[in-house]
Amino acid sequence: MGPILEKNTFYSMIYNFLDGLMERVIPSMSEPLAWLVYVVAGLIMVIVIVNGVMIMSLLFIWWERRLLGRFHHRIGPNRWGPFGLFQPIADGIKTLFKEDIVPNEADRWVFNLAPIVVLSPLLVMVAVIPFGQGTYMVDLNVAVLYVVAAGTVETLGIFMAGWGSGNRYALFGAMRAIAVLLSYEVPLILALLGVIMLAGSMSLIAIVEAQSLPFLLLQPLGFFIFLTASIAEMNRAPFDLVEAESEIIAGFHTEYSGMKFGMLQLPDFLSPVIGAGFITALYLKGWVGWGVLPSQGWFLLKLVLVLFLIVWIRATVPRLRIDQVMAFAWKFLFPLSVINILVTAVEVIVLPQPSLAELWLLVGINFVVAIVGIVVMANLLGHRRFRAATPIRPSVTVS
Amino acid sequence: MQIRTEPVTINIGPQHPSTHGVFRMRVTFDGEVILDVEPIFGYLHRGTEKLAEERNYTQVITLTDRLDYVASMTNNQAYVLSCEQLGGIEVPERGQYLRVIAAELQRIASHLVATGFLLQDLGAFATPLMYCMRERERILDLFEMLCGARITVSYMRIGGVFQDAPEDFWPALRQFLEDMPRFIEEYEGLLTGNEILLGRTKGLNILSAEDAINASITGPLLRASGVAWDLRKMAPYEVYDRMDFEVPIGSAGDVYDRYWVRVQEMRQSVLIIQQCVKQIAPGPVRTNVPLVYRPPVGDAYVPIEGPKGELGFYIVSDGGIAPYRCKVRAPSFINLSLLKEMLVGWKMADLVVIFGSIDINMGEVDR
Repeated sequence: MGPILEKNTFYSMIYNFLDGLMERVIPSMSEPLAWLVYVVAGLIMVIVIVNGVMIMSLLFIWWERRLLGRFHHRIGPNRWGPFGLFQPIADGIKTLFKEDIVPNEADRWVFNLAPIVVLSPLLVMVAVIPFGQGTYMVDLNVAVLYVVAAGTVETLGIFMAGWGSGNRYALFGAMRAIAVLLSYEVPLILALLGVIMLAGSMSLIAIVEAQSLPFLLLQPLGFFIFLTASIAEMNRAPFDLVEAESEIIAGFHTEYSGMKFGMLQLPDFLSPVIGAGFITALYLKGWVGWGVLPSQGWFLLKLVLVLFLIVWIRATVPRLRIDQVMAFAWKFLFPLSVINILVTAVEVIVLPQPSLAELWLLVGINFVVAIVGIVVMANLLGHRRFRAATPIRPSVTVS
Repeated sequence: MQIRTEPVTINIGPQHPSTHGVFRMRVTFDGEVILDVEPIFGYLHRGTEKLAEERNYTQVITLTDRLDYVASMTNNQAYVLSCEQLGGIEVPERGQYLRVIAAELQRIASHLVATGFLLQDLGAFATPLMYCMRERERILDLFEMLCGARITVSYMRIGGVFQDAPEDFWPALRQFLEDMPRFIEEYEGLLTGNEILLGRTKGLNILSAEDAINASITGPLLRASGVAWDLRKMAPYEVYDRMDFEVPIGSAGDVYDRYWVRVQEMRQSVLIIQQCVKQIAPGPVRTNVPLVYRPPVGDAYVPIEGPKGELGFYIVSDGGIAPYRCKVRAPSFINLSLLKEMLVGWKMADLVVIFGSIDINMGEVDR
């Protein structure tokens, strides 16, 4: 076990346990079979973390439905298990037993492959999330880039689902997914640049360790942009036009049923968990906390808070129209993220090694910049100045 | 290189989350923009007008419940008013007050449904809808006290109402009137200043007063276009001439104004009910009309201001026990007459919003 793996305490814990087990059970074979321990420990770690995230997303289904119930003046699911905790399991079983239908019009290969393409990049992204002190799969030195790249593949799957269904509603959803991805990827990455500049690294572990103050305080504008853009990337309200129920029924997964539908539905709940994990690591100081709670506990606590925020937004605001979504990305978030980069770059050059007092000064400056920037941009683009919507005269005639 | 594009035709409805029932539109899109709309009706056709010819005058009241099923009280009212004009029947004052109270409660309930579902169409995930449903529930509870039913009320009778309000109705109504303005404030706080709501609805689908009048559009749609046309003021029926209330009108005629007019009308309805509660005096609630009512030969049409617009029943009597002809002037149906002109040129997301802002009810459109 090399020094890199030793830093991964979760892995080394499993490795040492298995190694000790080998020594005791088959001492003669422990030397030639060392590679086996190495591989099995890795597999166990992957299984534990991936399934842990899956269970978290199941819990998030319950959490979201309960919370939405409260926001709606209802009770929410409360029949299955204590507080309705088993509701997602009941849903899962129901989904499994539903008939699996492939429409005649569908492109079979693309249609069947799409759920896998949608789900797998999300699970791949789990690899770099630091769930606690030394609790992660891999400390990638380009983790941020990796996450952004993997996140893009999900949209490919959504497009495959929409295109392969042979359904026009699904096609609408797919086209919207591509449009949203292309627009929101830009402010998302630009917002991340601020964090990378401050931390001086792209590794999520290094970013967490670089936060003597949470980057939420140092990068308020970046946090706002990243949160908004990632909500858009997750296809959640108010940017949920990919599966806008009142317009295009279910968007790209209109034609799916059975477990394939389940696999397309799961990302709706998995991606907020993963997205909130990144927000926690990038802006909320990750696992770092104080008191008796273990570092994993702190991470989960912050994660749940971010998830609450996401559900709260979903319960509050109406959906934007497609052109407004595009305008918001390019006219509002993009200039703001450029301002954010400029301000951060100047700060990093002026104060390469800031003390704590200087950091608090930067917090003050950045908050002023964020508030002024948002207020000015909102007034420039808000409904008062916004050109009234006009119908577009058709250029194509219908025969 | 030129990319070959062609318009896409999509069936929206009859099974679609936001067609408010079983309305169907065959819409041609160029990308997201609507090129052509062909509305297709009739999925909920139950032959109400023909059925009315087979039943006696009192039995037809139950049919009217099922026309606009989110506003049954006003349907009852429009029908019995026409029947009463046919036979020249005078309704006791207490009966008239009870009718007005019921009708105004129904107007609030109907506008709550319209507002809630408009926001649902806008994509607000059920929160405003559930808020609106919470108050509608209390109105339905009040109806249950009045007549034992919540949706298909059949409360009104030719010559008055089915029965006097029970003792516990009045405190419950007073409590509701006390709470309702606060709830309306709550909606307005949640919605009226909401940037996304404004961005989605301001300037959307401006309907000029001239176009609206030419298409004989009535109700909140017409008032949103700036025409102060309210039959409660213009041709007062029952006791509306004793009420002091305003007719809110919009300035632009866009979707936002339609929403705003409905919210303001709820406030005015609360005021009207408050005045009714003050003015109502003890007395009979119903004149003696035989169960099998035989009006003289003739015809009658009394339009009322329903929650969705001018609602009236044109009834022709041949002196028998059943109407010879019962034509329904359904505001939902007539307000749809400009649908194509309203929708062409807007985007797909606007389609459901514009359609929702018309506030139709398929029970009334297809009859």
